[in-house]
Amino acid sequence: MAVADIKNYTINFGPQHPAAHGVLRLVLELDGEVIVRADPHIGLLHRGTEKLAESRTWLQTLPFLDRLDYTSMIPSEHAYCLAVERLLGVAVPIRAQYIRVMIDEMTRILNHLLSIGTHALDIGAMTMVLYTFREREDIFDVLEALTGIRMHGAYYRPGGVYRDLPDQMPKYKENKFKNAQTVKELNEARSGSLLDFLEDFTNRFPVYQSEYHTLLTDNRIWKQRTVGIGVISPERALQKGFSGPMLRGSGIEWDLRKKQPYEVYDRMDFDIPVGVNGDCYDRYLVRMEEMLQANRIIKQCIEWLRKNPGPVITDDHKVAPPSREKMKGSMEELIHHFKLFSEGMHVPAGEAYAAIEHPKGEMAVWAVSDGANKPYRIRLHTAGIPHLAGVDELVRGHMLADATAVIGTIDLVLGDVDR
Amino acid sequence: MSAKLDRLIRQLKQSFGDRIGEPVLAFGQVTIVVPAGNYVDVVRQLRDDPALRFEQLMDLGGIDYSEFTGYQGKRYAAVSQLLSITHNWRLTVKVFAEDDEFPVVASVMDVWNSANWYEREAFDLFGIHFEGHVDLRRILTDYGFVGHPFRKDFPLSGYVEMRYDPEQKRVIYQPVTIEPREVTPRIVREEGYGKGDGRG
Repeated sequence: MAVADIKNYTINFGPQHPAAHGVLRLVLELDGEVIVRADPHIGLLHRGTEKLAESRTWLQTLPFLDRLDYTSMIPSEHAYCLAVERLLGVAVPIRAQYIRVMIDEMTRILNHLLSIGTHALDIGAMTMVLYTFREREDIFDVLEALTGIRMHGAYYRPGGVYRDLPDQMPKYKENKFKNAQTVKELNEARSGSLLDFLEDFTNRFPVYQSEYHTLLTDNRIWKQRTVGIGVISPERALQKGFSGPMLRGSGIEWDLRKKQPYEVYDRMDFDIPVGVNGDCYDRYLVRMEEMLQANRIIKQCIEWLRKNPGPVITDDHKVAPPSREKMKGSMEELIHHFKLFSEGMHVPAGEAYAAIEHPKGEMAVWAVSDGANKPYRIRLHTAGIPHLAGVDELVRGHMLADATAVIGTIDLVLGDVDR
Repeated sequence: MSAKLDRLIRQLKQSFGDRIGEPVLAFGQVTIVVPAGNYVDVVRQLRDDPALRFEQLMDLGGIDYSEFTGYQGKRYAAVSQLLSITHNWRLTVKVFAEDDEFPVVASVMDVWNSANWYEREAFDLFGIHFEGHVDLRRILTDYGFVGHPFRKDFPLSGYVEMRYDPEQKRVIYQPVTIEPREVTPRIVREEGYGKGDGRG
């Protein structure tokens, strides 16, 4: 009897696949059901942000940054603002720093909720995403009250933040779907300021988080799909340029918020969770704990922000616009305003690399200026690139179905990878 | 922080001497320019030397200096951002490609595996060739793309656009039909402009 000639089999995973988290084309070479090689083809969402930035002024570039990682939007602006501020040498008012830290941590919860929810959805636990999206809605409400828009806030500015926290939250109105009683219940938490609403959320959040633990942490199917899958050793994680939860999941205690603190993170009291085995399950646990730690930081920020009013943007009017009132009363401020919005700010020549601990890992902006009103070059380093580049190593030798688990665990967003 | 960076500069001078350019401390970060010939040796030592120990290559990107105001020198550079977890410091390493027409730089993929995609990207967008890279394919641009879009002489709107042709019943490429426009011109002001000597 002749032995059948068995060859490796190549399949396309994506570019349109619900578990590919966007437009990722993954060319998988299979031996039976075992993955021999994975070759991610990226760039299907490449918008040329870095090139676009060269044709826009420093301020016009800022909203592009939101569109990079569209599941945790505002922290990307943070890296950009830090880089520009470093070149300009402007100081950020302390209140703006607290607001930035608070928003960053809110976004960390937002990001991890999506990450864990969709990861569970991809590998079969439908319920999880319904719970996590419930909580995401509260954070979106805060962002909407603060920036006027749910996702792409464009809220940070070089030198501070666009405006102070609002004194009131928008309220639900009665309609044919919501009766007076429902509206009253919904509006209860919204009766005070934005800080009151957020504080109410931080008080509720640990309960929600324990609900997720109940759903997943000891769930047998969840553990079968994640324990021992996509294992990476700390040495390899460093070699591969991993950062954020991907690095901490392998047991390396590295967090820029602690090790190279920016803004007011050095005044915050929080812990860095680390994993032991470096598999999908450990990274899941790291993200779960990070949400609680983020919750702690938000509480500390709220407490401080309540007690300390003050300016939220620098008064250097070569960088930030003067108030409308001043602008209308003073010739010099009018000139400042006009110059700032027609020509834009001039950033001194130089190169600065500013990195932040983005929810996904190290996100950095390398800004090069030659003294013009537009960037000479903006290089965006996002955490997603090295993580996706590492997929080949993570999935080799695993079954086809585990590719989904690995894509979920690296917290992939293609806007982040393709830029 | 500054004392630490001074220590890093001293250590760099001690370890490399004249094999690297003078370390520069600006905007809170240390930058070294490495001659293309010494590049691989220097970065390998940067990783392995216990006194430096840069375990991670966080980022590597190309840059085209051809339109930089007041700049004269080599056109292309590959710029890496290194991070040491042991010593908690960062370093920017810049290497210029010798030839402007056909820029070639050695690959550091063997030193840090994370360089793989970064170098593919710099090749794709700037046309910098990385010698020794095992898989130097385009990464971000379309299959069959011609040119290197992030070079300064590549127009923002590109050369070709894509549309569906109802007659041929397929997607075709054609020359771009949009006019390039610039809303805010690029301006570099002289030193001290608008700083106020009383005259504006």
